[in-house]
Amino acid sequence: MDKSQGSPPAFSPAAFFDERFGVTARDLDRVLGRAMARQADYADLYFEYRTHDQVHLEEGLVKHASVSTANGVGARVLAEARTGYAFTDDVTIKNLDAAVRTANVIANDRGSDRPARLPTPTVPRHDLYPVPRSFADVPLERKIGVLQDLDRFARKADARVKGVFATLSLENKVVLVASSQGWVLGDFQPLVRCNVRCIVEDKGNRQSGYFGWGGRMALDDSVDAERCEASAREAVRRALVNLDAVAAPAGPMDVVLGPGWPGILLHEAIGHGLEADFNRRRTSAFSGRIGERVATELCTVVDDGTIPWRRGSLNVDDEGTPTQRTVLIEKGILRGYMHDRLNAALLGMELTGNGRRESYAHVPMPRMTNTFMLAGEEDPEDIIRSVKDGIYAVSFGGGQVDITSGKFVFSANEAYRIEGGKVTHPVRDATLIGNGPDVLTRVSRVGADLALDDGIGTCGKDGQGVPVGVGLPTIRVDQLVVGGTSVRGPSGFQG
Amino acid sequence: MERLPMDRELALGLLARAKEKGASQGDVTLIEREGVQVKVRLGEVETVSQAHEMRLGLRLFFGQRAAATSTSDLSRTSLDRLVDETCAMAQATARDEFGGLPEAGEMAAEVPDLDLLDQESRGLPIEDGIDAARAAEEHALQYDPRVTNSEGAEFASSFNRVIHANSRGFAGEYATSGFHLSLAPVATSNGSMERDHWYTAARRRDALDSPEEVGREAGRRVVRRLGARKVRSREVPVVFDASIAGTLARHVAQAISGYALYQRASFLCDRLGERVASDLVHIVDDGTIPRALGSRPFDAEGVGVRRKEVVEAGVLRSYLLDAYSARKLGGKSTGNAARGVGQPSGVSPMNLHLIPGEHSPEDIIASVEDGFYVTELMGFGFNAVTGNYSRGAAGIWIENGELAYPVSELTIAGNLNDMLGRIEMVGNDLRPQSPVAAPTVKVGRMTVAGE
Repeated sequence: MDKSQGSPPAFSPAAFFDERFGVTARDLDRVLGRAMARQADYADLYFEYRTHDQVHLEEGLVKHASVSTANGVGARVLAEARTGYAFTDDVTIKNLDAAVRTANVIANDRGSDRPARLPTPTVPRHDLYPVPRSFADVPLERKIGVLQDLDRFARKADARVKGVFATLSLENKVVLVASSQGWVLGDFQPLVRCNVRCIVEDKGNRQSGYFGWGGRMALDDSVDAERCEASAREAVRRALVNLDAVAAPAGPMDVVLGPGWPGILLHEAIGHGLEADFNRRRTSAFSGRIGERVATELCTVVDDGTIPWRRGSLNVDDEGTPTQRTVLIEKGILRGYMHDRLNAALLGMELTGNGRRESYAHVPMPRMTNTFMLAGEEDPEDIIRSVKDGIYAVSFGGGQVDITSGKFVFSANEAYRIEGGKVTHPVRDATLIGNGPDVLTRVSRVGADLALDDGIGTCGKDGQGVPVGVGLPTIRVDQLVVGGTSVRGPSGFQG
Repeated sequence: MERLPMDRELALGLLARAKEKGASQGDVTLIEREGVQVKVRLGEVETVSQAHEMRLGLRLFFGQRAAATSTSDLSRTSLDRLVDETCAMAQATARDEFGGLPEAGEMAAEVPDLDLLDQESRGLPIEDGIDAARAAEEHALQYDPRVTNSEGAEFASSFNRVIHANSRGFAGEYATSGFHLSLAPVATSNGSMERDHWYTAARRRDALDSPEEVGREAGRRVVRRLGARKVRSREVPVVFDASIAGTLARHVAQAISGYALYQRASFLCDRLGERVASDLVHIVDDGTIPRALGSRPFDAEGVGVRRKEVVEAGVLRSYLLDAYSARKLGGKSTGNAARGVGQPSGVSPMNLHLIPGEHSPEDIIASVEDGFYVTELMGFGFNAVTGNYSRGAAGIWIENGELAYPVSELTIAGNLNDMLGRIEMVGNDLRPQSPVAAPTVKVGRMTVAGE
């Protein structure tokens, strides 16, 4: 490799694993050759070395610091729709051989010898989080300093703050995918996350507020005292808002969603339903609907794993496929699904770089990266003014979807009433519920203020959690069911 | 690098090395897991997966400063380095007067045999699992012609071993097994498509429900969802099906966790000895039930587990505590320490059950004139700080004491504090297929939001 003068040698995941486990390129070839015995279609090995540091502060003290280290390898063999998988955290040649032997069991009873055409990666790889690998060695004092800043700024923000809890988490992963097609691809994946939560109390009324941020970056590029102050103040503000919250209304209402994290709507309502595995099995409410209208013309939704420094981004997915921007919905028309290798092959479609897994202990499947709606043209203020009687929701907790019926929920934890086009008082946490294939047909206004979330999302599917991003401009959704406690009578609200 | 054998000597050796480096207290947890998982879909094998993993967690105290580390690299060099790093980290954290291991007298004096291991969990032929999954799915597909598709059926078995040793002289070990059979059939009718799932789980393979029972129940549950309607928003009685009523007990467990309490992050702060639920509510946490999914002979700090009344006739009797949260609140550990290897300390219930009442689920439904029988909950809409509760729900509407028609795309909302107080009937149908479980429960009034 040609090294430019003065810069350190490029980090090589292949050399890293060779040095660590004594597994050479020749070993990989030989093991993968065995994995392909008995008419397997495809085999790969996924090596992973992960460190995770976490430092936690409460009551003004960093009482606890932890570091965990995990390494292992997963061996996968594909034959038609079957997957054989075995993993071990004791990486030796002997265990690799045993793992591929186990994974290969699914290749034995193959009837036809129709070779599945598994696509090979073609797009050049990205460099979306170019941090030096040495950045991982952040001194503990530096991490403690960040947490102490958060604590100090939160307490200073308001006298009603009774508790501050802050966590800084730094994860670094080195991964290597070796494929039976003869290629080997590696990546170094940093992930920073910082959370601050506070409890406020006023005359016996206790509320909590939360703010977090993160991404694939070095700690020093993501945080300084100014950012700590802004984060702490935001967590306190959210908690204080809820001190004055009144019962949320119950029933269908016009809902304005603020920019950024409320994009969790897209993730739940349509994202999961467009993952290729559900569509291959025809168990998704979106199955067989490509080319159909599923949203108003105002809506264009993409999944984009290529945005630099983002939590949901990856240079290559966990099967070695370069990530890309995939248009899911274009001006209201359903355009495409998100694929992993197995489902793309079985459906005869192109790879999209969405084959992801939580770790070497998990089988890859189609997952989202950063999913968001493109900006429209309206002034967000005008969108709020357009609503006579509704809800303005700006911050959410988690969400969930039943991809078969299409029903989805997401939980607002900072929301306000809109009355006569004006934002009035805050309302208590309420779940919003809707139907995925229907909800975007109710989007009547889209703002110009697209924002991505702050980098805090983790998506769970079949017991596997992976970091994701979402984004949204301010939008208006007509008549979404708000799950509050205050039932609307014929003349306004009761209770 | 050669992996060292996973035994008590390894754990005690690390504690000795840490002591030499100046650590005043410490504990080591070693876990080993072997597992097999198979997934079958529409009769065909889709995935066969086999796992073997080991992890070691080390927690050290230097006086009142603490740190924890964990690794899956059990080689001599890696472990020696781990001790050194943990020592260095612990000396950089803050002094915390409440930190430290439980007192020596609190450690489990003996390690009772709770019959948690089925030897069949090691070396069970993969074909047995495939057969069970295939049979369950087949029974669901045959249950009704409207069951037309499937997300698949899974069978999993695991063998787990835990070793825990600490500088108070405790060293204990136990092994458990787990078996799990689940499936998610899909039904269609007149353009409506629904799925549901059902499962059985047990420590012993012969304690699982049969594939036929699991498959037929999944089929029954998915078909009855077809043709769901919405209903008008109103306040009505809500009956929680036993398969989801355990979530209410889980929310209670979250609110009485020692950590939530000392952090003032619970709506049940300062309520010990007070009425927190209707007098029909009895909740017991018991880690000593033989063969139960949540049982273990000692907790994550080596403290013996026990049976305790958590809520007795509606009155809050016990929190869930480990050594740290107990000191913060001025009490003793309740033997509920639970932490992932290398994770900060925390607590969890063992087998936390809402004790069955006298009514059959049919009686409970018959008592409702106009109300909601909830069979599925969605989302994360519970706020433990305030008790505020708002979740997505689907199920069957009750009219004049009878199950009338399926409903979906609804929410149910209230405050858990009020909901517990309004529990009017408790079923006799507790079926603990998970550590936290409850029978059918009727809450007198909640807000349902729909049309």
